[in-house]
Amino acid sequence: MEDPYAVLGVPKTATAAEIRKAYRRLAKQWHPDANPDKPEAEARFKSVSAAYALLSDEEQRARYDRGEIDASGAEHAPPGGAGAGGWRDWAERPQGARYRSRGFGMEDADPAELDPEDFEELLARAFGGAARRGGPRRGADLQLSLRVSFLDAVRGAVRQVTLPDGRRLSVTIPKGAEEGTVLRLPGQGMPGRGEGAPPGDALAILEIEPHPFFRREGQDILLDLPVTLKEAVLGARVEVPTIEGPVTMTIPPHSGEGTRLRLRGRGIGGGHQIAVLHVVLPAGPEPALEEFLRNWTPEDRGDPRAGMRAP
Amino acid sequence: MITLDDLLRQVPGVPPAEVTLWVERRWLLAEAAPGGGWAFTEMDVARCRLLAELRITLELEEEVMPLVLSLLDQLYDARRTVKALLAALDRQPEAVRQAVLAAARGGGG
Repeated sequence: MEDPYAVLGVPKTATAAEIRKAYRRLAKQWHPDANPDKPEAEARFKSVSAAYALLSDEEQRARYDRGEIDASGAEHAPPGGAGAGGWRDWAERPQGARYRSRGFGMEDADPAELDPEDFEELLARAFGGAARRGGPRRGADLQLSLRVSFLDAVRGAVRQVTLPDGRRLSVTIPKGAEEGTVLRLPGQGMPGRGEGAPPGDALAILEIEPHPFFRREGQDILLDLPVTLKEAVLGARVEVPTIEGPVTMTIPPHSGEGTRLRLRGRGIGGGHQIAVLHVVLPAGPEPALEEFLRNWTPEDRGDPRAGMRAP
Repeated sequence: MITLDDLLRQVPGVPPAEVTLWVERRWLLAEAAPGGGWAFTEMDVARCRLLAELRITLELEEEVMPLVLSLLDQLYDARRTVKALLAALDRQPEAVRQAVLAAARGGGG
């Protein structure tokens, strides 16, 4: 089939009116009744009519312009599709391995890899080394994520995990384990292939759940510790939680907001626990306190906002 | 043997410089012809047609071609492997075929 634009002698940008005009002129010129002595006229007339039929239909014309259909109105195969000479026909045959994926930038494919008969290689690519014939192959490693509580991670623990195949295993979480720590469970991965092939390992990747009030900073444990106004001003002995259980701690008098008090050796492996004080005012009205404050003249007349004054 | 000229005739509308580039990048494979120049196979002609569709008809950028080709080639690697496996399975006794089917339906295990 010829290009319908060429048949009508119009440019691709021709308007509908120009196409119609060209068609009328050519149809008159090649009409079989007007050319009884020219046998080729009928063929020309037919192709002019066919070209006009395609180009006068806005939708068909647009599809032709986009290359979706050919001049006879037949659908074009999509790129890489089936059909005579189509890529799929070739790519799916065994010799399609000629154009097997080489990955990015691996321009220098090993010529030996281009052997179309090398089905073995094909399988190996799809299933990993395990599909290769020959010697026994170690099984693949198995990855699983293991969620543990904050306290289990800092103190160490033994936890049960269930593998994807249903096996249950005990896993020892070492003291002070961190987020993303990988615990290797030797021999608990996929079984090996072939006689005497060792199984792979299971790799448990730790995900540590945050704790409601403990945080970790290296080997130290941080704790936000609320204290009352009275405790902060007068000092007190209070019970505070640590990762190993509650202990009694002394709050010295005049401990302001944000004061960091250290509990030696109460962190992880020689680290400390650090309590960060937060002064909490009484919740309801305190007439006595208010009365006192009205008549109170502080010793410290300093302005706490002195450093904030606009220049 | 298909020469570069034959190839260009069979895939009209492809600039020769593009084909040279495709061969250099190994998007299109060519063997050295005995008398010099390149020798292509029927399959390479189909490959060239695919490249022309992607680069010229669809106007894909040169930069995305490695990605597109890699994905296409991987897809066909997988399809070839599946076809080969199915053919191999087809040649097995009925009991083996049923066992493999049951294991496959059992969920990836």
